[in-house]
Amino acid sequence: MIHLIYLTVLFPLFGFLFNGILGPKIKNEKVIGIIGSGTIGIAFIIAVGALFETLALPVDQRLTIITLFQWIDVAGLNIHFAYQVDQLSLVMSLVVTGVGFIIHVYSIGYMHGDKSFWRFFTYLNLFIFAMMNLILADNFLLLFLGWEGVGLCSYLLIGFWYDRKFEKSTTASAGLKAFIVNRIGDFGFLLGMFLIYSTFGSLIFTDVFSRALSFNVPEHIFTLIAIFLFIGATGKSAQIPLLVWLPDAMAGPTPVSALIHAATMVTAGVYMVARCSIIYASAPTAMMVVAVIGVFTAFFAATIGLVQNDIKKVLAYSTISQLGYMFLALGAGAFSAGIFHVMTHAFFKALLFLGAGSVIHSMHDVQDIRHYGGLKKYMPITYGTFLVAATAISGIPPLSGFFSKDEILWYSYANLGIVFWLIGVITALLTAFYMFRLYFLTFEGKEKFDSHKTHPHESPKLMTVPLIALGVLSAIGGFIGIPEIFSGDHGNLFHTWLAPVFKSAEIKLMNIGSHSHFEEILFMAISIVAGVAGIYYAWYAYLKKPAVADKTASRFKGAYNILLNKYFLDEAYEASVVNPIVKGSENILWKIADNRIIDGTINNLAKLVDNISGTIKKIQTGVAQSYALVMILGVLIALLWLIISYS
Amino acid sequence: MEQSYLLTYLLAIPLIGSLLLIFINKEKEQLVKYFGLAVSLIAFVISLIIYFGFDNQSGDFQFVEKFNWVRGLNISYHVGVDGLSMLLILLTTFLTPLTLLSSWNGIKKRVKEFTFFMLILELGMLGVFVSLDMFLFYVFWEAMLIPMYFIIGIWGYDRRIYASIKFFIYTMAGSLLMLVAIIWLVVYSANILGGFTTNLLDLYKTGPTIDKSIQGFLFLAFALSFAIKVPIFPFHTWLPDAHVEAPTAGSVILAGVLLKMGTYGFLRFNLPLFPQASLDYAVLISVLAVIGIIYGALVAMVQTDMKKLVAYSSVSHLGFVILGIFALNQESVQGAVIQMINHGLSTGALFLLVGMIYERTHTRKISDYGGIAKIVPFFSFALLFTSLSSIGLPGLNGFIGEFLILIGAFKSTVLNSWWFTVFAATGVIFAAVYLLWMYKKVVFGEVTNHNLDSITDLNLREKLVLIPIFVFIVWIGIYPSTFLNVSSKTSEKIIKLVTSPQNQIELGKVDAPK
Repeated sequence: MIHLIYLTVLFPLFGFLFNGILGPKIKNEKVIGIIGSGTIGIAFIIAVGALFETLALPVDQRLTIITLFQWIDVAGLNIHFAYQVDQLSLVMSLVVTGVGFIIHVYSIGYMHGDKSFWRFFTYLNLFIFAMMNLILADNFLLLFLGWEGVGLCSYLLIGFWYDRKFEKSTTASAGLKAFIVNRIGDFGFLLGMFLIYSTFGSLIFTDVFSRALSFNVPEHIFTLIAIFLFIGATGKSAQIPLLVWLPDAMAGPTPVSALIHAATMVTAGVYMVARCSIIYASAPTAMMVVAVIGVFTAFFAATIGLVQNDIKKVLAYSTISQLGYMFLALGAGAFSAGIFHVMTHAFFKALLFLGAGSVIHSMHDVQDIRHYGGLKKYMPITYGTFLVAATAISGIPPLSGFFSKDEILWYSYANLGIVFWLIGVITALLTAFYMFRLYFLTFEGKEKFDSHKTHPHESPKLMTVPLIALGVLSAIGGFIGIPEIFSGDHGNLFHTWLAPVFKSAEIKLMNIGSHSHFEEILFMAISIVAGVAGIYYAWYAYLKKPAVADKTASRFKGAYNILLNKYFLDEAYEASVVNPIVKGSENILWKIADNRIIDGTINNLAKLVDNISGTIKKIQTGVAQSYALVMILGVLIALLWLIISYS
Repeated sequence: MEQSYLLTYLLAIPLIGSLLLIFINKEKEQLVKYFGLAVSLIAFVISLIIYFGFDNQSGDFQFVEKFNWVRGLNISYHVGVDGLSMLLILLTTFLTPLTLLSSWNGIKKRVKEFTFFMLILELGMLGVFVSLDMFLFYVFWEAMLIPMYFIIGIWGYDRRIYASIKFFIYTMAGSLLMLVAIIWLVVYSANILGGFTTNLLDLYKTGPTIDKSIQGFLFLAFALSFAIKVPIFPFHTWLPDAHVEAPTAGSVILAGVLLKMGTYGFLRFNLPLFPQASLDYAVLISVLAVIGIIYGALVAMVQTDMKKLVAYSSVSHLGFVILGIFALNQESVQGAVIQMINHGLSTGALFLLVGMIYERTHTRKISDYGGIAKIVPFFSFALLFTSLSSIGLPGLNGFIGEFLILIGAFKSTVLNSWWFTVFAATGVIFAAVYLLWMYKKVVFGEVTNHNLDSITDLNLREKLVLIPIFVFIVWIGIYPSTFLNVSSKTSEKIIKLVTSPQNQIELGKVDAPK
């Protein structure tokens, strides 16, 4: 199956072409849905096959490159459509096709009856196609093709309902914002590629990474490359300072938020940095930047999440925050911990979004959690699975989120220091709080909707079965990454599996685990306490004594407003970047520089010539006598000159 | 290789076609249209025959023909193609039938004259690309202006007279300085070679020996002429006017082929004839190119007229081409060549699309639109696809060109600074802003202008115009080697001519370690 890995790219491509070309004609939801999700299902099966085949290989031979055909061949730049199957790309492939398949199936139910049903699946398949290119690429350029491709799909799907309003603006504007903010990141990524090429003479991963070890390259070059690439990651994975697009991306249909804006695309930045682990390991400064950006994003996004009232907005900020954790892990040099969190997060966050979608579906598109309440009894499956996911993200053992988050916190303490750990733990507390605030307001307590108009009901099987599947994964998905101190001789399976990919980076970093088991267990206990405390306070403030929340909000009105408006980041960018550029272009560049100065000069020049010739033409009187007179004068002067010069 | 007359056939087809056209009754408009289309298709077929006979492995001129023309001055009818002109010839013969087909309903008056001028224009463009004689080149170069002048002036929109005269005088002014430089060069060479010649291949040998200070003047005289044509900032202001006022076919040919004459001129004449000066001025011109990239994009961003927006985007895109040419390494020059083709396809298609929707609504104002996605779905798809190509989305053509240019410029030893690339790469961001912004306002949202309710989607003829272009947009994006291989040896040769050892510049390091 390893040699068929390109089919995981081609099947989604086929689905895209089939639904894109024939979809508007067949209009049959069943056919479109089966083709759309079936292609992804097959891709998943192939990925599973490749996984088992790889497991059978000796550890040092678990890297296969499958080349399709040449893409670009100019001078030293020789790039192929070639796919790299190794431990890292397999993990990502399984997550993307697996969770992707589940979400495709869910979408058949969710999008039922939409007039552009075919278009939805067309875009969704295109997305998986691009994402698989991103993950499997054996070189930076093909990765970039996937990178921009997923951005395009994100743009198209955010604006899927292109004629709808979204908040103060429209869904189309939200899509545009996502694309442009991502392009700013891509600008950095491009520069990173240029610097890699001019430094190492190649863009192929295996070449670049082996040369990164063998070439004598000054550290500041590594730092620059790492920072440039990381700028790309902050765009795609919505980190400070480019995080502003993700909340608006919630304008898209909810399965899109689950698939693209939670489980897969947004983790592309994490994957990319992990893939380049050796470059980052060679640039300690850049590692520190990644860790700092990560931990601050985790914290700030969590604070914003505390006060949001739109169910999808809470989840969006939660995603940003969790992505921050992943970058914290990468910055701490714990690459496989970061990828582990990518995986568990894909499970529980996709579940949270799909659960939210189920709720929204049943509440007739109401998304304000203040108008929910007591939904538990109407939608038992949605409720049960949502609770599992909320517990998992809050870091309560033995659910999946506990293992991955705890590992990140531990490494941030061990490799970076107590401050990083502390912010991480506070964030964990905030996470548990906002997540259970969401949970209590939605499923528990009094019904706050008009029960005459709204009749909540459980979603159809096509939607609940995917919820259950993700629920199981969220619950037990963490067991493949049980820390060494508990699993004994087996070690941490997930680590062991990924270890060869990050070996050279880890050797370079030389993180010596000189901490005692006692410390490890103590810190683990603290992080569990933080999660429980968050849940408890949410219960207290929103279920036990609901007045507490409002009182707190009104007492800290200023702070509350700042959080509600996400630190006025949008407004700040608008005023400091967008407006100056647009207004400057319009009023200075176009109206003054172009029209008045450049074109004005040209037109004045033309006028000047016109005036001069207007004066000169008066000589052309048309009177033959005066011409004759001038001619005779000329002849006389010529004669005179001849006589003088010859005498 | 045995003598072949294919290039002469190629030139003869539009010429004979246009002469025969004179004898067709102008009342028979359908016949005139089909005849014009057939002639341009025959020319396309001949160019394909040339392409299939073309040897990619050779950097030399092929299909060369040479006949004495003006014996006393040793001027000859001397034509040939190399990798650079091969691609541009294909672009020309490919776009001409498509533009004729696109004008089927748009051109309502004087159809016969229109078709006549289009064929003459094709002759002029092909002539420019195949000429290997300075004099012959100059004749075609100037002759080409006349049909374009009439196409804008007769079939254009409200301010067509102003625009056509501006176009004519602007380009003419540049050309005259070039003529002076050509004469200087020919006289100088005559002294060295002991006889008069306008043969470009001979001049290639004498040009580089010209004293440095004079080379600079000659370079600038040529460069001004080409810079206006490209156009390079700040010589661009004729372009928005000409584009906006020209009929669709005129805009497509103008953007698709005529602008490439400027970039072609730099590669064909400036670099090989004046290598020392080219190196001296590379930085200056690259600075102007980068300014053009950003400036063109920013001004495009605030346009309210779709056509003007596309016109300014050309300034930005051609800036990339110029940057690629003067970064002077294999990546960047190959990128520039492919970007010339890309721009012809993408911007050509953008003009076609704007023309198609204009025929239905009679407005080019962006604010008159909104929400047409559900009224004209195929048009909306086509506009998105074309915009993405122009934005440089990987997998489509634009990316290949921009990426090669930027990566080449980044490691260029001639420019020797990252800043060119850093600033130029911001153009990639702005391109997304102005095109998708326009797309959002035109296609997405709710329909507010109810005149749009009744417009029809693209018909079969219009689809037939666009789909061939789309095929090449994907082809170049996925498998550019088909095209890059054609120009590879030629680019190599041109770079070598400029950076060869007698110019005392070491550029052995240019190529990356394998």
